[in-house]
Amino acid sequence: MALAGTRSAGQATLALAIALFLGVFLVVPVATVVYVAFTEKGGGGLTLVNFLDFARTDLFVRSFWNSVYVSAMTVVWASALALPLAYLTTRFEFRGAMLVQTLGFLPLVMPPFVGAVAMQLLFGRNGSVNLLLDEWLGIKIGFMEGLNGVIFLQAIHYFPFILVNLSAALRNIDRAMEEAAQNLGSHGLRLFRRIALPLALPGFIAGASLVFVKVFDDVATPLLLNVKEMLAPQAYLRITSIGIDDPMGYVISVVLIGVAVATMWASALVLKGKDYATTQRGGGGLARRKLKPRESALAYAVVILILTLVLAPHVGLLLLSFATVWSYSPLPDGYTLAHYARVLGDSSGYIKNTLLYSSLAAGIDVVIGGAIAYLVLRTKLPGRQWLDWAASTALAVPGVVLGIGYLRAFYGVKMPDGTPLAALWIVIVLAIAIRRLPYALRAAYAALQQISVSLEEAAENLGATKARTVRRIVIPLMTGGLLAGFVTSFATAAVELSAVLILVQSNSDAPLAYGLYVLMQTPAGRGAGAALGVIAVVLVAICMGLAQLAADRSQRARGLDI
Amino acid sequence: MSKPVRAVGIEIAGVNLSYGTTHVLKNVDLSVRPGELFAFLGPSGCGKTTLLRLIAGFAQAETGRVLLDGRDVAPLPPWKRDVGMVFQSYALWPHMTVAKNVAFGLEERRLPRAEIDRRVAEALDLVGLSDYAGRRPAQLSGGQQQRVAVARTIAIEPKVLLLDEPLSNLDAKMRVSVRRELRALQQRLGLTTIFVTHDQEEANTICDRIAVMDAGTVRQVGTPMELYENPANLFVASFLGSANILGDGDGIPVPAGKRLVFRPQHATLSSIDGVPLRGPVTHREFLGATVRYNVQVGGSEILVETPFQSGGELRTVGDMVGVALPPERMLYLPA
Repeated sequence: MALAGTRSAGQATLALAIALFLGVFLVVPVATVVYVAFTEKGGGGLTLVNFLDFARTDLFVRSFWNSVYVSAMTVVWASALALPLAYLTTRFEFRGAMLVQTLGFLPLVMPPFVGAVAMQLLFGRNGSVNLLLDEWLGIKIGFMEGLNGVIFLQAIHYFPFILVNLSAALRNIDRAMEEAAQNLGSHGLRLFRRIALPLALPGFIAGASLVFVKVFDDVATPLLLNVKEMLAPQAYLRITSIGIDDPMGYVISVVLIGVAVATMWASALVLKGKDYATTQRGGGGLARRKLKPRESALAYAVVILILTLVLAPHVGLLLLSFATVWSYSPLPDGYTLAHYARVLGDSSGYIKNTLLYSSLAAGIDVVIGGAIAYLVLRTKLPGRQWLDWAASTALAVPGVVLGIGYLRAFYGVKMPDGTPLAALWIVIVLAIAIRRLPYALRAAYAALQQISVSLEEAAENLGATKARTVRRIVIPLMTGGLLAGFVTSFATAAVELSAVLILVQSNSDAPLAYGLYVLMQTPAGRGAGAALGVIAVVLVAICMGLAQLAADRSQRARGLDI
Repeated sequence: MSKPVRAVGIEIAGVNLSYGTTHVLKNVDLSVRPGELFAFLGPSGCGKTTLLRLIAGFAQAETGRVLLDGRDVAPLPPWKRDVGMVFQSYALWPHMTVAKNVAFGLEERRLPRAEIDRRVAEALDLVGLSDYAGRRPAQLSGGQQQRVAVARTIAIEPKVLLLDEPLSNLDAKMRVSVRRELRALQQRLGLTTIFVTHDQEEANTICDRIAVMDAGTVRQVGTPMELYENPANLFVASFLGSANILGDGDGIPVPAGKRLVFRPQHATLSSIDGVPLRGPVTHREFLGATVRYNVQVGGSEILVETPFQSGGELRTVGDMVGVALPPERMLYLPA
């Protein structure tokens, strides 16, 4: 072990560098937010007075409960959409199953705020659907009224998270579990409720808690629907309208973090001792029942209805991007390419910025994610697990909180020319990189876990040093997985908004998502905003396709592995 | 339930079943008598589990009929058959206690609560697990889990009991005691029971009769001893115990289309004079009670097992020996 010294020195340097990066760009900003929330305004001692103020302010308390209500109702409605689809696709022979599976990718392609305005035009008080309902039946339905609008939009965007997790859990149940129940006299929905659903509960909870947190943290969707009395929007409004010295923005941020952590903790608590890993023990896959013609028709009706709802924001966005004028009518008055000309002309800076920021952020993520994965899985460095935990905590930090933290922590840090560090565009990149790091980290783990250690040992046995083994064996074999991680990070970074919203200082530094948000605020800008949205969706969809391709290729290359 | 139930017979007639292009069951005819413990025995992939699942309603036959107590069960879904099945993996529901697991089938039958409680207690008592009613399945040993699975099944007082490789998830020591318990329980209940296994010892030791299956067909049905003494074909002869199989031209004339079959322990080694089967010893193994010789006779290698006596004469590899065979031990089976 004479070499161990130099070897672990290199590893330790790498680990320290990563720790420093995470410390400066994740821990310090978040700690600053927490610290400010607990200190008196103007730099006094530690206090709880800010939280008392928060509890005494009607607006904040109302916003808090509104956020809880919206998140909970979104989970309820998302479950109502996901349950029948999961049941249908995992327990019956159903040709539409493929269609349902592809739904899982839609929320990744387009975050809910992108389609918010389009959904107003389709489902709002004077939107297409209500105009038609009014004409035919003389009724209007308040799909988009106040909080309902947020719930409606979030539910149709996020139900695939529940669907995907629940379906996977349902598929993993040993089929003997359900056959035993049938054998003892149970069948149909009753069987599903008593046996399949409880066994799939871990999958459902995982999806539901994710949806709850995502909705709770969302800033842009409520704001674009003109709903201000929710907690995350309040944090943003407070900081941008009153300034970074006002403690309320920080208190709200701490509450947001608290809710995210509490949700994850609660779901872990509910799931404790419920890890029914009932993998198939012998005997084929699940026995799926054939649908009778009547049932089949009903199944298709349900799937098509849900699919229509899910695609509505996309269709609305597309229409809006080509519309001349669209108000008080089911469809636009006329069609034009002018919006695209505009965004590809004078607004093309948004697109350039997005491409630049997302590639840089994704690059940082893949390098750091790959390095952490290597340190954790392949070295014995003490404390290596902490890097993983630190990077993963980014999941519990809402974007708006990270943005506020950056602003507060880095505004005082001046560049040589006097501009504050927080005003530089590179800070936007770093915030996005931190936000997306957990995704790239998982991808890197997956890629590295698929490589047998013996491949590396063989290289060392033949005389390659650790560093050369990494370069000649590990990295080439990880390429597919890392590429998939890069593209996924890139795609999700391209539509990241909540942190960006706080950090953008000038329009020329703004990425596409920010431009879309600003344009969508005014009726005159909607068309151009929608055109940006369509471009973003196409960009992300292409990336997702590429990521899938990269993942497939690495799957095939895995034939080489052991 | 502790009192004997009215035992029911099972008739399987002309059953064919395929999964895609694989013909899993080919013209299966079987008759299980009321109250007997009957084994489906065969190598893996022979269709024995599929046949069991067919009786339980988890597989559909293309042709043929399954009669329970003289009634065709084809139109009945699994939950209306009253056929109790114990799954190979036991399939105990991890989110329910032992008592809840056992109560499940009774609850599905909408029995009154008091009746359910009484029968759950009775079933758990029968398998000796009354003290474990409040436990979760994960807190039990493999053998206890298996008893819960049995209790859960017999609690509904099924017409017949189906056991799918019930001993395969137990360690070797447990198997011997559990198979005796199963036999004792089956006798006490008088319940017609089918026992699926690939292990001839399990089938031989506890079952009244055995159907030997191979490649989707039933090759022979009989008591363990009948099958051993009078195998109807080469498959049964070699699957149950070991058998020497000789064709024509190895020294003894064999009729066209037949093979000569005998057990290794029925042959003895002799001098080569006047014996049609003879050749050199190629291998010798000491097995404790017996010594096993391989003798090269013509194109075939013959196994001969002789009792071991201390101080007895042993042959060594290379010795020329004769293989003597009493005529009543020679079987001529279709090739």
